[in-house]
Parts: sequence; C-alpha cells; structure tokens
Amino acid sequence: MRLWIAFWNILLKDMRTYYLKPPNISWGLLFPVAWTAMFFIKSGKGLDSILALLPGVVALSILFGTTSMLAVTVTFEKKNRSFERLLLAPIPLELLMLAKTGGAVVFGVANAFVPVLMALFLADLSQVNWIVFVPAVFMIAVASTFLGLFIAVAVSEVFEAQTFSNFFRFPMIFLCGLFFPIEKLPVFLKPLSYILPLTYGADMLHGAVHGRQSMPFPLDTALLGGFCVGLFAVSLWNIKRKWIL
Amino acid sequence: MNEVIAVEGLSKRFGQVQAVSGLSFTVHRGELFGFLGPNGAGKTTTINMLTGLARPDMGTIRIGGIDCTQRPRAAQHLIGVVPDESNLYPELTGFENLCFCAALYGLGKAERQERARRLLDQFGLAQAANRKFGGYSKGMKRKLTIAAGIIHQPEILFLDEPTTGIDVAGARHIRQLIADLHKAGTTIFLTTHYIEEAERLCGRIAFIVSGRIVRTDTVERLIQSVRDKHVVQITCSKMPDDMGTRLSQFFPGLELTSQGRESIRVEAGEPIRVGPLVRFLEDQGAEVAEARRMRPSLEDVFVQITGIEAHAMGQEQEKEKAGAG
Repeated sequence: MRLWIAFWNILLKDMRTYYLKPPNISWGLLFPVAWTAMFFIKSGKGLDSILALLPGVVALSILFGTTSMLAVTVTFEKKNRSFERLLLAPIPLELLMLAKTGGAVVFGVANAFVPVLMALFLADLSQVNWIVFVPAVFMIAVASTFLGLFIAVAVSEVFEAQTFSNFFRFPMIFLCGLFFPIEKLPVFLKPLSYILPLTYGADMLHGAVHGRQSMPFPLDTALLGGFCVGLFAVSLWNIKRKWIL
Repeated sequence: MNEVIAVEGLSKRFGQVQAVSGLSFTVHRGELFGFLGPNGAGKTTTINMLTGLARPDMGTIRIGGIDCTQRPRAAQHLIGVVPDESNLYPELTGFENLCFCAALYGLGKAERQERARRLLDQFGLAQAANRKFGGYSKGMKRKLTIAAGIIHQPEILFLDEPTTGIDVAGARHIRQLIADLHKAGTTIFLTTHYIEEAERLCGRIAFIVSGRIVRTDTVERLIQSVRDKHVVQITCSKMPDDMGTRLSQFFPGLELTSQGRESIRVEAGEPIRVGPLVRFLEDQGAEVAEARRMRPSLEDVFVQITGIEAHAMGQEQEKEKAGAG
C-alpha cells in the first residue's frame, strides 16, 4: 500500500507537471494531425487512403510523443538533481522507473487516439479489430517509452536527448514497414527492420486495421514484449551503473 | 543500540582521484555530528555513500543496524537528506512539494497534508504555501528543502551545507531550526564550511582533509587543545606592505597571520599586551580601527590540525557556489 502511494503520486506529479501542460497537449494534438495531413495529401487517393494511413500515423504519434517527452523530462530532472530525491526514497528502483515511465505511456496512448478520432469522422472503421488494435497501441507506447528511457539514461544533456532520439526514430519510420512494406526493402536493409521494436507493433496495427499481417499476433506480442523487457532492464542497469556511482 | 551510523574503512575512487580513503567513524543516536573539511575533501562523496547515492569501493556502512554495503537502499526509510542545492520541483507550490515528498514515503493524504501545513508554519513559510517553489527566495528554498527532508520524520537527517549562500537572518533561522530538530531527538549529520556554525551546533566533529579524517572529537575537547592560546584580532587601514615582517622583528614571541590587507591575527602562548602592539602599528603609519581579544575557537583548532586557513576555505567554497550559480 505504502509503495503504491509513492507510485501513484510520482505518476500523478509527472502528468500534472509535464504531460498535461497546455503546450504538450497542443503538441500531442498537432503532431498527429500534421502527420495525417501530410500522408493524406501525399497519397492523393482522397478519403480511401485514410485506413491505409491509419496504422502509420498512429504508430508515429506514439513514437514521437513518448520518446520526446520521456527523454527530455528524465534528463531534465537528472540535470537539476530532483531525480536524486526519487532515488533517495524507499522505493524499489524498478517501481520508481515504472512510475516515471507510466505518464509517458498514458501520453503515448492518448496521442494514438487523436488520429483514430479524426478517422472516425472520415472513414468507416467497422472493419478494425479493436481487440488487437488497443493492445497493439498500448504495447507500442510501452516499447517507445522504454526506448525514451534508454535514451534519457544514456545522455546527460537535454539537447543530447533530442538528437539521440532522432538517431533511433527516423530510421525506424522507414524501416519498420509502416509506410514501405518490409518485403520491398533492399535485401541488406531487411535484417535491420527485424531488430526494431516498431516493426512488430506496425505489423500488429496492420493486422488490426487491414487484416493483413506478416507474423502471427502472439509472435508480434511476444517479440514486442521482449523488446519492452530488454529496454527496461538495460535502462535500469545503466541507472545503477551511471547514476548510483 | 546507541550507534545509528557506523562506518568502517570506507574508500571511494573516481578514476585517478581517491575521493575518500579509509574513513571510520560512528554517530550516536540523538547526536549532532559535524563533518568539516575544505572543498574537495570528500564530504559530499561520504554523504552520497551513506545515503545510497554512491557505492563504496571498500568498507562497511551500517545505518540503524542495517548493512548498507550489502543492501544500499534498505535503510532509506530511516534517513532524510537535505542536499547542498535545493532540488525540489519549481513547478509545484511549497505545499505540493512537501505533500509529494511525504507521498514518496507512503504517507496517506490526510497525514501528509497535516504534516505539510505544520512544517510550513514551523519554518515560517505558511504565507508562501501556495506559491510555486521556483519563485521562492534562496533562503525560503533552503527552508523548504529542509522541511522536505524531515516530512517523513526520519531518525537520521543528513544536512549538506544548509546555510551556504543564505543571508544572516535566514541562516540564523535555519540554525535555530536545526537546533530544535536536534532537541526533538533527531540524529543529525551536518557538513558545513562555516566553522563557527559547527562549533555552535555540533556535539562532536570530524575534520576531513583530502579524503581522510584527521581528527574526531567533541567540540569541548577540541577547543581544550587551544584553550591556553591567546588571540588578538586587529583591524586597521593604511598598513605598509611589510608590516608583518616589521611586527615579527619587533615582537619575536608573537605568531602573526595576515588576513587580507586590513586585518592581522596575533597569537601567543601567554597574555598579549594590546597597547604596545597598537602603538607600534600607529607609529608605522597604520590607522588602527579595532583591537579585540578573541576567545580561542574551533577555527584555531581547525587551522592547527589541517594547516588550512579557515576563512580561505569558506571563500573558496563561496566562489565556487557563485560560479556554479
């Protein structure tokens, strides 16, 4: 009970201090809208392209929302030493970091549903398999958040966090199969696709929206789950190694 | 068990720098223990190791009987930490900051709000309770940081340079708060570079220089060693550059320390006659503003043991803080 009080209050404090700030809310809304508009215009197929674009826009909204926010907020707290206050509290490090990342996961999921809400007014979403779609969104949000945490722990300055985030994000957009099918990628790039967590999330989203996925849903889930556990474990190891000297 | 902190053979190295080497000391329950040393002596590294923010390379730490070398985070419910820089959340109000810090220790909502209100009142911050921490003055920030360190009523409180950079009135209030906490039974581990502050507050003091403890004793016993010393502090202007040399030649039995261009500290093993000293200075063209007999203090002990001028240590730290700010 005592631990959950700490967990809940860290999560709540981060939501209030960082994620529910008007600039972040507007950014969270604007970013998916901009992505949608960009791909919508680029496709030139009118409203028919909405469903085809939906998985990509959803995934990008989550990826950019979570990694940007978490990488910056954790680096900021480390820099102004308020993170030390959390490290000094009698909370297991695992629970502390889950609380710190929880806000970003919620923010990522909320970001994901902005394009979905827009699509509701423009296209028929009756064919979407929500039982697959919702867990896929959640898992992509968790994996992206832990990627943000991995980045935050690896750098010491806020600007480094942004630069390092892009090092992962931009190749991921083009290699994960969201906009360009993996099978059409050059042979030498294909192995890279399969070491990116978003590839499996994108496959789940494609399956949920179009019913076409290259891997079975449980395999995608297991692999994406593996990335989540791996990224979280490496981040914890790095925190113990670099922040508790 | 009377020892709440027991440290044995504690060492820590950062690359080529041996930050702390073979530290051993104990702090007793209810004691106000001072940890004094110049900049870079290893004070903060020691606090970080004691509080679980750094891992020792060698040695053992027991806090409240818990072996923190094996379980670095196991004793964290027993301790409160006030770092040398106020590190609360600028976006939250004073009240919210305290409630958040209480929640980190698992306190329920009603209890944390009640404690937050009481502490804000006790620390004279009730009027600023709903103002954002980022807008507080430096003194108010320090007070709130101390309040945050004790909101969970820890048995042991670590205070790292609590009055550095605070105006006189603020520092006096903080010292009174520390004394009150000590009186209420909290064990306090205090690092400071203000020697007179340590002398006023602490029961026992350890001097740390270059990562090693050079002396640990009660303030009374430390001062005893310089009690027979006589000190006169002279403040004057228009002092010739070679005044120190001239004084040494004319008064060979006196030990002279120049403290800037306008102050001389004179020490001797027997009573000093102030009149001849002042007359000599005036004959040499200096204008004497004040000549004061000083009671031997902890500062004398510090200088004697470490060979470091106390005022130089303070100035160096103030400069560093100003530079960092």
